[in-house]
Amino acid sequence: MTGEQIIFILVALFTLGSGFMVVTTRNLVHAALWLVSTLFCVRVTIALMSAYLLAAVQVVVYIGAIAILFIFAVMLTRKDLRDQGPQHNPGWWTGALIAVLVFAGLFALLQGWNGLLEKKGPTALPAGFDQISALGNALVSPDAYVLPFEVASVLLVAALVGAVYVAFNRK
Amino acid sequence: MVPLSWYLIFAAALFSIGLFGVLSRRNAVAILLGIELMLNSVNINLAAFWRYGDVTQIAGQVFAIIVFAVAAAEVSVGLALVISVYRSRNTVVADEINLMKW
Repeated sequence: MTGEQIIFILVALFTLGSGFMVVTTRNLVHAALWLVSTLFCVRVTIALMSAYLLAAVQVVVYIGAIAILFIFAVMLTRKDLRDQGPQHNPGWWTGALIAVLVFAGLFALLQGWNGLLEKKGPTALPAGFDQISALGNALVSPDAYVLPFEVASVLLVAALVGAVYVAFNRK
Repeated sequence: MVPLSWYLIFAAALFSIGLFGVLSRRNAVAILLGIELMLNSVNINLAAFWRYGDVTQIAGQVFAIIVFAVAAAEVSVGLALVISVYRSRNTVVADEINLMKW
């Protein structure tokens, strides 16, 4: 077992553990902080795959913006959720059953796929290949992904306007 | 060297944990936390398929970027809705928000 595998296993166990805390802990501020921990571990996983730009964007967008937004939302809606009453539905075990079944289904699906069993490692990055400039070129090139990129920017503008409109206090 | 299957099974487990959170939590903010976990597991899958396929084809990273944008849009609108509902009905418990239930 190589060092990389040991790092991966440790990070994966910590990610799953903190993800489990996100969905089970009673105090929602703690859940949001566990989410930060999960996001950071996912970021380490992505960096292990040497997708460096994604790892940086993960910190900036997820931890810097989304997790902070969650903490704000928890604090703005705090009064009655603090911890009285159950935090889970009465039928939570149905959800657990469905989640376990989905995992079993995905696992079976992966087992049936030939590409899973071949023990080849990650593709070697070609010498002189600059993944960040390749990504930037792909995002604005008409031959590649300029259309999804523009759609995503329109979506962000719509979400911005919609969020301001929905949360606006008319009084 | 970590085989591709480890990443895929790890992402499937994280997805299932997020799904459990979405299905079982009562608080609307906690449901959105579960959705974030599911979107993150998708990002792990996209990065893994980029890394273990042809790395000069950058599609996996492009779609991961799109997922980031969608996650940001989804969470901003979702939390705005939660705050708006909290203002008007003074609750964020999902089964008490039943105004449109027929």
